[in-house]
Amino acid sequence: MTGAATMTETAVTITVDGQPVEVAEGSTIHAACVQAGIDTPTLCWAENLTPVNVCRVCVVELEGSRALVPSCSRPAEEGMVVQTDTPRVRHSRRMVLEFLGSGVDLSQAEDLHDWMEAYGADPDRYSDEEHPVERVDEPVKVQDELYIRDYSKCVLCYKCVEACGDDAQHTFAIAVAGRGFDARISTEFDVTLPDSACVYCGNCVGVCPTGALQFKTEYDLREVGEWRPEDQTVTRTVCSYCGVGCNLELHVQDERIVKVTSPSDHSVTSGHLCIKGRFGWQYVHGE
Amino acid sequence: MFGAGGGTSSYAEVEEADVVLLWGSNAREAHPIFFHHVLKGLGNGSRMYAIDPRRTSSAKFADRWLGLSVGTDIALANAMGREIISAGLHNPEFIAHATEGFEAYAAHVESCTLDWAEEQTGVPAEAIREMAHAYATADKAQILWTLGITEHHNAVDNVVSLCNLALLTGHVGRWGSGLCPLRGQNNVQGGGDMGAIPNKFPGFQDVDDDAVRAKFEAAWGVELNGVPGKHLTLMFEAMEAGELRACYVIGENPADSEANIGHARKLLAGLDILVVQDIFMTRTAEMADVVLPASVAWAESEGTVTSSERRVQRVRPAVPPPGQARHDIDIIGELARRLGADWGHPSAEELWDEMRALSPMHTGMSWERLDASGGIQWPCPAEDHPGSEFLHGWLWADDLDGRDPAPFSIVHHAGPPEELTDEFPLRLTTGRALDSYNTGVQSGGYASPIRYGDAIDVNPADAAELGIADGERVLVSSPRGSVEMDVRVQPDIPAGLTFTTFHFPELVDTNVLTNDEWDPRSGTSEFKAASIRISKLEPEPAPA
Amino acid sequence: MTDIYLGADRATDAEAAAVDEALRDRGVDAVVQPETERLYTSGRSRRLERRHYLLPALHALQNAVGWISPGGINYVAEVLGVPPAEAFGVATFYDLFRTEPPDHDGDTFHVCVDAACQIAGYDDLVASVRASGGHVHLGSCLGQCERAPALFVQGTGGRPDYVPADAEPFELPQAGDPSLRLLRRIGVADPESLESYRAHGGYEALQRAGEMGADAVLEAVAASGLSGRGGAAFPTGVKWRAVAAETGRPKHVVANCDESEPGTFKDRIVMEHDPFAVIESMTIAGLATGAQNGWIYIRGEYPLATARLQGAIDAARAAGLLGPDAAGTGHDFDIAIWRGAGAYICGEETALFNSLEGFRGEPRNKPPFPTTHGLFGEPTAINNPETLLNVLDIILDGPDDYRTRGTERSPGTKLLCLSGQVGRPGLYEVPFGTTLGELLELAGGVAGTGEFQAVLMGGAAGSFVGPDSLDLPLTLEDTRAAGTTLGSGVVMAFDSSVDMTDVVVRIAEFFRDESCGQCVPCRVGAVRQHETLVQMQKRGSLSPSRRALIDEMAEVMVDASICGLGHTAASAVRSALSLGLIASAPS
Repeated sequence: MTGAATMTETAVTITVDGQPVEVAEGSTIHAACVQAGIDTPTLCWAENLTPVNVCRVCVVELEGSRALVPSCSRPAEEGMVVQTDTPRVRHSRRMVLEFLGSGVDLSQAEDLHDWMEAYGADPDRYSDEEHPVERVDEPVKVQDELYIRDYSKCVLCYKCVEACGDDAQHTFAIAVAGRGFDARISTEFDVTLPDSACVYCGNCVGVCPTGALQFKTEYDLREVGEWRPEDQTVTRTVCSYCGVGCNLELHVQDERIVKVTSPSDHSVTSGHLCIKGRFGWQYVHGE
Repeated sequence: MFGAGGGTSSYAEVEEADVVLLWGSNAREAHPIFFHHVLKGLGNGSRMYAIDPRRTSSAKFADRWLGLSVGTDIALANAMGREIISAGLHNPEFIAHATEGFEAYAAHVESCTLDWAEEQTGVPAEAIREMAHAYATADKAQILWTLGITEHHNAVDNVVSLCNLALLTGHVGRWGSGLCPLRGQNNVQGGGDMGAIPNKFPGFQDVDDDAVRAKFEAAWGVELNGVPGKHLTLMFEAMEAGELRACYVIGENPADSEANIGHARKLLAGLDILVVQDIFMTRTAEMADVVLPASVAWAESEGTVTSSERRVQRVRPAVPPPGQARHDIDIIGELARRLGADWGHPSAEELWDEMRALSPMHTGMSWERLDASGGIQWPCPAEDHPGSEFLHGWLWADDLDGRDPAPFSIVHHAGPPEELTDEFPLRLTTGRALDSYNTGVQSGGYASPIRYGDAIDVNPADAAELGIADGERVLVSSPRGSVEMDVRVQPDIPAGLTFTTFHFPELVDTNVLTNDEWDPRSGTSEFKAASIRISKLEPEPAPA
Repeated sequence: MTDIYLGADRATDAEAAAVDEALRDRGVDAVVQPETERLYTSGRSRRLERRHYLLPALHALQNAVGWISPGGINYVAEVLGVPPAEAFGVATFYDLFRTEPPDHDGDTFHVCVDAACQIAGYDDLVASVRASGGHVHLGSCLGQCERAPALFVQGTGGRPDYVPADAEPFELPQAGDPSLRLLRRIGVADPESLESYRAHGGYEALQRAGEMGADAVLEAVAASGLSGRGGAAFPTGVKWRAVAAETGRPKHVVANCDESEPGTFKDRIVMEHDPFAVIESMTIAGLATGAQNGWIYIRGEYPLATARLQGAIDAARAAGLLGPDAAGTGHDFDIAIWRGAGAYICGEETALFNSLEGFRGEPRNKPPFPTTHGLFGEPTAINNPETLLNVLDIILDGPDDYRTRGTERSPGTKLLCLSGQVGRPGLYEVPFGTTLGELLELAGGVAGTGEFQAVLMGGAAGSFVGPDSLDLPLTLEDTRAAGTTLGSGVVMAFDSSVDMTDVVVRIAEFFRDESCGQCVPCRVGAVRQHETLVQMQKRGSLSPSRRALIDEMAEVMVDASICGLGHTAASAVRSALSLGLIASAPS
C-alpha cells in the first residue's frame, strides 16, 4: 500500500544568474541554486535541520531587495531574479569567512577551506603584533569518553543546539548563552555534560561543521597525528540494537571503527542516532 | 488477528497522527529514534496519551499519563471500547463492512464501565473517558506498544484488546492510523519474516499448510515436518520433562535473560549437549559443550534485517571478523556438510534470492533494489512494486479483496497471576534503560556517562515506610530468590510499584526475581509483574 | 515539550516564593499537573502556553536575591517546562540579569556611559555613588539623556527598582505652547487619573473610532500618511491594513516601548506623563486591526513608566475601557505589560517578539513580516508610543487636519529628543520641516563653548552632521537625501570642546556590547570595527588600509546582517570619518 497523500505541487520559476530554474513552491533559493548546479557555500544550513540563517555565507543578491538575502532560508517566489556571483555577494561571503577565521580556529572546518581560497579570505589581516584581535580561546572540554567540545573552533552555527533541541533530540542540554562575541554554546551554568541533561546521542557532533564537537575516538587519533580520513572507508549498515532499523555509516580506519554517523537522507533516522547506535560499537573490537 | 505479524504503519505516519496512544512502551529510551518521529508528531500538534504503570521518560512528553496498575491493560482497553460504543463514537460503517463479531464484543464489554475500570486500573474514570473519546474522534490515530503489553502471561489477549479498539473505530488500514508493536531487537521482525517461528516458514507461511509445505519441499527436495515446533518457553518445559536433551543456541543468552533464571540455568546445565554460536563468551556459552565463534552480523557480514515498520535493509561488513570467528552462513553450511548435506558456499545474496522465490511478501525485493535504496517495506510482491507503507488496506476495499472480515475478539481482564501478599507486598516490573541493552553483552562495551547500573526504583513514600534511603543497598526477594541491589528513590513511580533494569546480570541477577508464568500462545514470560519485598541488609558486624 | 532534566540545585524559599508570586499574579500554574498519583496532565500545548512567562519569572528571581541561581533556574524550569539550559541562555542575554552570585549586598546602581552621559561626565556620578557605598554597573544608554548623567537603581531583596531623578519635578521645555499636539496633555493632565485624562479629551478618540468602525479608522490612518516613528518610517496604515486582512488566527497589538537608542527618551516621557493616551491608542489599533490582545513591551530601566502604564491599564479596565466589549465598541481588547531586561536589540521588533515569548532576544529573518508572523507567529501590529499617539488626533480631527502640519511627504509633527550641549535639553515637538537650526535655537542653542562641532542625528544607529547642516529641514525625505536620518528623533549636540574620537569609539563599543551575536557580520564585525577604532585612537591615526577596512566591514554589515543593528552599526562611525570629526588623516 502506498497511501501517503501526495500533494499536487505548484512550481515556481526564478532566474538564477540569468538562468531560469523551476522549483516546487516552498523550495528555497538555495535549493534552486543546487538544482541549477550553482555551488553555494553554507555553514549553518543542513538538510536535516531547520534553517537558522545566521552564518550569512550563503547570501545572494535578490533584485528589489536592499540587503542581500540568505539563500538557505528564503523561499523562492515566482519571478525572483537572483545573482549569486556579483561583487557584493563575493565581498560579503569573503568577509564572513574572514570574520570567522579571525575569531576561531577553522583548521578542521575542511568544507570551508576551498571557499576561503575561492573568495580570497584573509583572516589574519585584522590583527598586527601590537594589536592582536580578540579570539575565542578556551581549553578543550574533555569530560567523558564519548565526545569532546572545543569552543575555540565554534562558529556559533546553532546546528548542535537545533539537533539537541526540537529539530531532533528534544533533550535541550545545550543552548546559546551570553551575547555578542561572548555568546557560547553552553549547558546551564556551564555544568559538565555528565551533570547536564545530555544523553549522549552525539547528534550535536554529527552536525558540527568545524570539529568543535568531536567524537573522542577522532580527537584521540588527531592528538597523536593518526587521523587519516583518506585511509578511511565508510560502510552503510544497520544498528545492532533495538528494532527501529537505524542506518549507520561505519567509518573504519586500520580495520577499526573510528566514528559512526547516519545518512541525513535516511527516512528512519534523518541522520540522527541514539547513544547505543552512536557509541555502542566497541564490542565489535572485543573491548 | 490480521495475518502476518508486523506493525501496520510506517514511522512517518505517527508524525501526522492526531492522537497517539503509547501503551506499555518507554520508546524514549528503548526506541529513541522511533521516538523522534513521535516527537515530530507532537510538534505537529498530535495529542499523546501514555499508558504505563511508571511515569517514564516517554510519559513525560505525553499530554496525559495514565498510570494503570501492572497487568490491568485489558480492563482499560475494554472500558475504552465500552465507552466508545456507549457514546456512539464507534464507526458502524467500517464495522459492518470489514469486521465480524461486533455484537458479541459489545455485549462482552458492556459490563466494563468507566467506574469498574477505575477500580481495576487505578486510573480516574474521567481520564479513561477522555482518552476513549479522543481516540475515537481522531481523524488519524496510532496505538504503539512494546513489552509492557507483551511481557505478560496474557500477552496475546493484551494485544487483541488493543486491536479491538482499532476495529471499533476504523483506525487501521489507512495512512496515519494503525497498530504498531515496536520490536526490541534489530532483527526480531526479520527473524519472524525468515521463518524463525516454530509454526512458520519464511514469509509467515504456515508449516501445517499442505500447499505451502509442498512448495518448500519441491524447492528444497526434502520432506518437511508439518508439525509446529516449540517456542523457547516450551523448550524449557520440554527440558524439564526430559524430552529435549540437546540445544543449539544462536546469538541468544538464555542463561541470563530468562525469567526465574535459577531454574532456567539448572535446565540448561542438565542438557546432554549444548552448542552455542555467538560473538561473545556469554554465560550461556560458558555452559556449552561446543562454542562456535561467530562474526558480528551488522558490521562483519553481508545480509539483511527487518525493522519494526517492516523495512528490509542491508547490513554490510565494515571490518573483518577477529581470530577464528566465522560468518553465520559459513558455520551453518559447514555444520550441514558435516551432517551429510553439502549446501556449497552460498553467498548472502544467493540465499536471499532463494528465500524471496518462496516468500511472496519478499519476492519484489531484489538484492540490487535493497542495495540501492534505504530499504523496502513488505509486502513487496513484485520488482516493480514500491513496497508497502501500511498494512491491511484491504479492510477498506469494496470486497475486502476477497478476504474474510477481521474478527473482534473477546478477551477477559485477568491481573497478574502472582498476587501481592503480606510476605511480598510490592510489585516489581522490569524494563530497559536508554544506554543499555538486554543482558548488556553488547552495551557493556562502551563507557556510558549516564549509566547507573541496575538499581531498584522505589517511590519515596514506600522508601520512607521501609526506612530506606536513596542509594542504600537492600535485599530484594521474590518467591523465587533474593538479590542485593541499590535503591533509587524515584518520585516517577507510584507507591506500591518498583522497577529495575536487567542489563547487568554480573552485578545484579535481576531475573532471579522475575516470574516465569508465560503466555501459552506467544511463549513470553511475565517479566513485567512479580511480587517482591525489600528488606534492609543486616548491619555489617563491627570490626573486632 | 521535553522531559526536563534538573540538576541537584534547588531554589531557596525566597526564590520559590518570588517566582510563585509573579506567576500567581498572572494566573499561571505549573506545566505538569499531578491530578492523582496515577494521572498527570502535561504536554506540549501546556508548555507553549507558559513559555512567555519566563521573563517575568527571571525578573522575580533577580529582584528577590540579586541573581539568577542554578536552583532558581531549576525551579522556573520545572514550573514552566523550560529546559534549564535554555533558561540560562535567556538569562545571560540580558544586562539586568546576573548569573553569578553578587559580590555586594544591596541594590545595583546602573550608570550610563553613552554619548550624552559621556560628555556630561558620568565619572563624577560613579564616584559619588561609590562614595556612598553603592555598587556601580556601567552600561548602555538608560533613556534619560536630557538629564545626563543617568542613573537607574535596580532593587534587590524584593525592593523595587527606581530612578532617583524621577523624584524631581517635571516640566516640559515647551510647556504652555498652544501648538503642541502630541505633548499637549503632558504636565497638564494627571497621569495617574483617568478622570483627569478624560477631562482633557481622553477617550474621545476611542469613542469616535467605535462609531466609525474598523474600516473607517483604517482609511483615516492611511489617508493621514502617518508613518512609524521608530526609525524605519513604515506607513502605519499599510501595516494595520495588512493585520486587519488576516483572519482565522489570534492577532496582537504590541506597543514597542523598548526605546533604547542612545539619545532617545521621548516614549519614556510620553508613557510617564500621558499613559492613558498609549492605552487608548492601542485600543483603537486593536479595534482597527481586529486584534484582541494588547502587549506593552517596556524596557526594564523604566520603572516609573511601567507603574504609570499599569495604573492606567487597571483604571481603564475597571472603567470598562479595556476587557470584553472595550468602551462599548463591541470589540474585546485587553493589555498586558512585559518588562524587558536590558538589551538594546529588543527594540528591534522581531527580537522583541522573541524576548517577550521567553526566548533570547535574537531578531528573526524577514520575511515573513510581523503583520503575518509576529508575536507567537501570529499577525501583529507593532508600533511605538509616539506613532500610536498620532492616531488620536487623526481620529478626532480627521486626516486632512492632520496633514495641515508637516510636509506633503512627512505629515504631522515629530517628537525630538534634544540632549548633549544644548541650552535646554529635553523633549520637543515640532512640525516636520522645521530646520535643524530652528530646533537648536528653540532648545536654547549650543551650550558649553557655544561653538557648534557636530550633531548626532538618530542616535548611535544614525549619523553625525556638521554646522553646514543647520538649514536641513527635518523631514524624512530631506534627511534621507542628506544622507542622514531622523531615526528615533535623537538630536544630540556636541560643542567644540568634545573629543569626538572618544564619542565615536564608545559608539563602536556600544554596538560591540549590544550585538546579539546571532549573525556573523554583526557579531564579529562590530568587534573588529571597535578594535580598529581603538587601534586608531592609540596610534592617533588611521592608515589608508585601515580606513578601507572600515568601509569593507561596514559593507558586509549593511549587506548581510540579519537586522537593523548590523545594518546601522557602522553608520555613525563612517559619518564621523567623512566629516573629519575623527582621525581624518594619518598624522
